[in-house]
Amino acid sequence: MKRVLPLLAIVSLSLPLAAQDDLPPAPYAYTQLEDPAQEAEAVALMETLRCLKCQSQSIADSDAPMAGDMRHQVRTRIAAGQEPEKIRQWLIDRYGDYVSYAPRVTSSTWPLFAIPLLLLLVAGAILWRRIGRKSVGGPDQILDEGDD
Amino acid sequence: MRWTLWVPLMLFAFFVGVAGYQLFQPKDEFIPSTMIGQALPEFELPAASETRPGVTTADFKDGKSKLLNIWASWCLPCIAEAPHLESLKEEGVEIIGVAIRDKREDVDEFLATHGNPYSRIGADEISAVQLEIGSSGVPETFVIDGEGNIIHQHIGDVRARDVQRLLEILEDAS
Amino acid sequence: MSAELGLAALWMSAALAILQLAGGAIAQRNPDAPLAALVRPAAILQGFLAVFSFAMLLWVFAITDLSVKLVATNSHSMKPMIFKLSGAWGNHEGSMLLWVTVMALAGALIAWLERRLPEKTMQATLASQGFVAIGFYAFLLLSSNPFERLATPAVEGSGLNPLLQDIGLAFHPPTLYMGYVGLSVAFSFAVGALLTRQVNPEFARVMRPWVLGAWVFLTLGITAGSYWAYYELGWGGWWFWDPVENASLMPWLAATALLHSASVLAARDALRVWTIMLGVVAFSMSMLGTFLVRSGILTSVHAFAVDPERGSFILALLCLYIGGALLLFALRAGSVSEGQRFALVSREGALVFNNVMLSAILGIVLLGTLYPILTEAFDVRVSVGPPYFNPVGAIFTIPMLAVMAVGPMLRWREDNIDRIKLPIAIVTVLVVTAALAIVLFTSDIGVLPLLGLAFAVGLGVASFMPLRGRNLLRVPLATWGMVISHFGIAVALLGMASESAFTDEKLVAVAPGEATQLSGFTITLESVDPIAGPNWTAMEAQITAQRGDGAPVVLNPQSRHFWAPVQQTTESALLTRWDGQLYAVVGAPSPDGRWQLRLWWKPLVTLIWYGGLLIALGGTLSIIGRLSSDIRRRQRLAREADERADMAALRVENGAAPAGGAA
Repeated sequence: MKRVLPLLAIVSLSLPLAAQDDLPPAPYAYTQLEDPAQEAEAVALMETLRCLKCQSQSIADSDAPMAGDMRHQVRTRIAAGQEPEKIRQWLIDRYGDYVSYAPRVTSSTWPLFAIPLLLLLVAGAILWRRIGRKSVGGPDQILDEGDD
Repeated sequence: MRWTLWVPLMLFAFFVGVAGYQLFQPKDEFIPSTMIGQALPEFELPAASETRPGVTTADFKDGKSKLLNIWASWCLPCIAEAPHLESLKEEGVEIIGVAIRDKREDVDEFLATHGNPYSRIGADEISAVQLEIGSSGVPETFVIDGEGNIIHQHIGDVRARDVQRLLEILEDAS
Repeated sequence: MSAELGLAALWMSAALAILQLAGGAIAQRNPDAPLAALVRPAAILQGFLAVFSFAMLLWVFAITDLSVKLVATNSHSMKPMIFKLSGAWGNHEGSMLLWVTVMALAGALIAWLERRLPEKTMQATLASQGFVAIGFYAFLLLSSNPFERLATPAVEGSGLNPLLQDIGLAFHPPTLYMGYVGLSVAFSFAVGALLTRQVNPEFARVMRPWVLGAWVFLTLGITAGSYWAYYELGWGGWWFWDPVENASLMPWLAATALLHSASVLAARDALRVWTIMLGVVAFSMSMLGTFLVRSGILTSVHAFAVDPERGSFILALLCLYIGGALLLFALRAGSVSEGQRFALVSREGALVFNNVMLSAILGIVLLGTLYPILTEAFDVRVSVGPPYFNPVGAIFTIPMLAVMAVGPMLRWREDNIDRIKLPIAIVTVLVVTAALAIVLFTSDIGVLPLLGLAFAVGLGVASFMPLRGRNLLRVPLATWGMVISHFGIAVALLGMASESAFTDEKLVAVAPGEATQLSGFTITLESVDPIAGPNWTAMEAQITAQRGDGAPVVLNPQSRHFWAPVQQTTESALLTRWDGQLYAVVGAPSPDGRWQLRLWWKPLVTLIWYGGLLIALGGTLSIIGRLSSDIRRRQRLAREADERADMAALRVENGAAPAGGAA
């Protein structure tokens, strides 16, 4: 069993043929919307939604049947006139923040935004300290020749 | 600014703490539904098998708490859970099934081979209902109370030890 | 027998690493100790033995020796030879052996070739290299033995994951590891310099070609990986900010910053602490990456599946090495003098600015990659992906690109803007015009791709500006290296932005004989036929693509079914033109006889990887340039020393009668 375990766990993006359904994909899993603007909206949304049965992919990049079903939902809802953000919220209401790659500032994600801000300030501070007038004293010659 | 030299080490120590802790947590591959406590969304599914009628949300609002079992004929753990669903049925629990991405022949064959504990079976060919209730795989079993609210989600197949717990939750939901 | 030879060689390498550490440590107290003289030879011999061990692993894979557990679980007698060999590193144990082999090789190379530093520092460096190697040897020998035998040989192997049966696997891991693990040299140099208090320009000059070498390999490895993912995975994506992709990018970012920081240290004896920090951080990122990939702590398509025990072993190694190095840094770096301040407008100023930006980007990638682990400890699950990394990274990347355009034109120490007013004006005009033109002639382009395109144009021209007014034949090779590398960044950026902004996608179901249109191409599905390969069968589509009046080209995407292990993959078909690539994938058939086709036209996408190649080329030119100028300099110094000795001897002969008389 120990030998088999690592093998089973080697993940791949293609589908193992066991435990697989036989039905065709949902109508809009692999069919684009007629209206290019709507299709573009749908694709933009799909690229930021996470496939729940895959290791780390968006539903736009996955061949898993459930990803196809989610794409179907996205496309049909956009065609029906729903706002992309409403569709995203619909999924988040059902699966939590995990299903969306789009960053939102919430009580569990605020450090993701606070820290880059902090980095900005720290970067500024470092540059402020190091950059000033020409140094007083210290070696004046350029030490590395050919370093043009 | 001596203290700044210690910052990288401190950050690293923090990382080691978190990583070390996480390494020994059981790896949780499942994504639980966030619909617990909410009402079942409105849906209507055709019958998946000739032996049982289809499913609508109204079927859950008859005042009795029941189980909603998400399954499929191509799902191997569903075979393992069939006898335990059967024992739940014998305890008087009503089990409504939703078959995900399944053909009628395959459903009938599965039921003939492994038993049929369901009072109704809906055919969810494009996982629409599965997505609506926040289920992310098969098999999963939901406890629905008499008013049609989702009380509890059990991810994975129902095992012997889960039967008692589900009975208790059904009891509490009544 | 070969497996046992390999294992024996591995044990001996480990023993030599211990000797290397002991000798180097003792040499710090007593340079004349007998063990001190053994440090270099131990390192060189360790390199030989590790390479031998790895060769033995390759051998058992080549002959499909099914009594070796690793071969039985990862190979198959019917696999083509190239995939048998590359299967050796397509698994946890084999890739770990590759890791220690590259480490041993790197140590052997510096032991053999590097004579410019004081011997004590070299010994401390090699001791550090040995110290780190010991931990990984222990990991390998005690918990991940690649040469383990099965009690009864397997009848047949389980095969290699079909996604890994591709030529990309032959290139991607070895180059990546040479880069990744090659950075251990920079780490050891930094530790050695800290221990012997030799943080100075000479140290930077010595470290630089080694860092450049590792960096070139890392660039090639990442580029190869990106291209491989692009054509292999069937969706035309070339970067997803997947945790394991980030694990290779973070050392690259640190190494790029280190490279530039070492330049400042070498030229102006400044940024000492920063350079040491980056030297430690770069390899720390490599080790962190290996932990993330092998511990199971992160969800990723790349991850090897390893149990938590192994994960905690690696974590312990990380504590020892990264923790140890950072502790040494905290204790010793304070005594390293701070170095110069610089004028804002100067070469150093620009390099410091960019170093800070690169480090910030590194910090953001690290944060985004590790954040899900942190939240999971609190039972919250979040997903961090491209919608986070792209904009947040851009905040620091855009200013960095702007300064990168101007920096190489600036003089050291102090410069004034007026001198380079004209080139800056040209570049600015180019950027603004490009941006306006794009906005006017395209619709619906996102902010980031727009900025990417405009800056790519500006940077592309700006990277050649340092050459203006100079005799091109007399420009040092290292300067050409810089120009080409920076130009490579602009080229890659153009490809990335163009792909992001202008990709055209079409999903259609067509019957054989039907055609469809995409971006000026007429694409006809001629037929779909079954076809067989060495360990697979497939449905292969015959597609002809024709653009305007051009000749029709045949494309053959496949939907492949492997049987050992059982798996389905798609093989994409690519049509490359000067202005982009047509990407075709065949999917499942529908009951009415039509086939699913997925088609993309991706303008300028190949520039992404050509850019990567250019960056690596620039780095290679820099190495050659610096090494040859260093050799020339030392020859000149030696010649001058000889001349001085001759002159002194002549003076003694001619004028110094007293000296002669006294004798």
